Amino acid sequence: MTEWMQILVNYWPEFVRGAKITIQLTLVGLGFGAILGLLSALGRVYGGKWVRRISVGYIELFRGTPILVQLFIVYFGFPDFGITFSRMMSAFIVLALNSGAYQAEYFRGAIQAIGSGQMMAARSIGMSRIKAIRYIILPQAFRIVIPAWSNEPISLLKASAVVFLIAVPDLMAQAKTIAARTFEPIGSYIAVAIIYLAMVIVLTMILNFLERRYKIPGLETEAQRT
Amino acid sequence: MKSVILEKIIIEVINLSKQYGGKDVLKDISLKVYEGDTVVIIGPSGTGKSTLLRCINLLTKPDSGIIKLDDIEITSPETNGDEVRQHIGMVFQDFLLFNHLTALGNVSIGLTKVLGMREDKAKEKAIKELERVGLGENVDQYPGQLSGGQKQRVAIARSLAMDPRVILFDEPTSALDPELIGEVLEVMRMLVKEGMTMLVVTHEMGFAREVADRIVFIENGGVVEEGPPNELFYSPKVERTREFLWKIAELYGQNQERSIDGDDQ
Repeated sequence: MTEWMQILVNYWPEFVRGAKITIQLTLVGLGFGAILGLLSALGRVYGGKWVRRISVGYIELFRGTPILVQLFIVYFGFPDFGITFSRMMSAFIVLALNSGAYQAEYFRGAIQAIGSGQMMAARSIGMSRIKAIRYIILPQAFRIVIPAWSNEPISLLKASAVVFLIAVPDLMAQAKTIAARTFEPIGSYIAVAIIYLAMVIVLTMILNFLERRYKIPGLETEAQRT
Repeated sequence: MKSVILEKIIIEVINLSKQYGGKDVLKDISLKVYEGDTVVIIGPSGTGKSTLLRCINLLTKPDSGIIKLDDIEITSPETNGDEVRQHIGMVFQDFLLFNHLTALGNVSIGLTKVLGMREDKAKEKAIKELERVGLGENVDQYPGQLSGGQKQRVAIARSLAMDPRVILFDEPTSALDPELIGEVLEVMRMLVKEGMTMLVVTHEMGFAREVADRIVFIENGGVVEEGPPNELFYSPKVERTREFLWKIAELYGQNQERSIDGDDQ
């Protein structure tokens, strides 16, 4: 029972080092994923035929294949085409692209929930489409999307553990190393599970705070109605 | 009424047609709205009244025909629709307020983001417009915190803030509880008195009879009959007009009486 505690204490610096990389991967993946996701959601809802096709293609490709396969293709496959990325860079690219595909669907849902009436009202006071999206649609979409989107940081944080398979020294990789060194795999993995869990709990608290912070009276019900 | 020679045409619709899925929604329709006039469009549901308003506001593209605003053809391909819409206000049946903005934000956003007005100037004007529709107390409330009647008045203030040449009303009271209709009609009456040019689609016959300079009865995408309210209500030339008005009177009888009562106050 106290095995994992012992390991947690003894190897704390290693776990911290790994956790830092895991957080870094999550933040970068989430950030670039948000940009990619937002662009492809807008492309899918408002784009012309080709923009829509490209957006859908990207989303389906990255949601439809395992993240591990994507990672191996980028890290082990791309050098064959003369494109070589470092381990860390490969991890960043794959997590961002993968997360972007999921975030696109969250954003799309939120944009569509706002309804065409808001766009029409914005156009009726002389706003261009771009301005209507910028000032009317997106501010509402961002607020509506928070509860559903809150899954993404959590799921990305955990999914980032696959990068240890290309030897990125993240939290999971540290656990594996420690398990091999101490011959106590159960203790190591329980220790790392607890660290992941603690990070997710903190993340959830931040997300709940955001949800409350940006709440607007009546927005959700109103948006669902129109 | 004003003499015809001095009157300026604000909106002119010439032979406008629109089809949806092979069905004629608007058939060769023509219409003139003079400056300062209130023109009320009546007619059964699904006869193209809303489509007509959306065409005038360039939110829907007509298949053929011409629309002029201040004698300038706005249906020509070179027209910048966004620019035209700045000058044509629109009030919708279901309000369509921007849900993430306060009453003040709803009214001022067009001023700042479309007209490029400075934040403080826009705020000042927005407050003035909200006071004009009797909502000086509600500037900081979100749409979710307002009643239907208040929402619709904010929507009217939002249109007014842009200083439009004409305001189009698309059944502005149809989504309201009966006891909230009066406050919206009152604001519209005020606009009539102030000389705002308005094109109103409504079933409020009392209001139509009271304030309209002209009533246009539309059915199946075409004008059946048009004329001053007295003529249309008391001596319609077309049998179908009489029939429709009779039916509406029966359906909306109570509203009509209430609205007429309202005039006397």
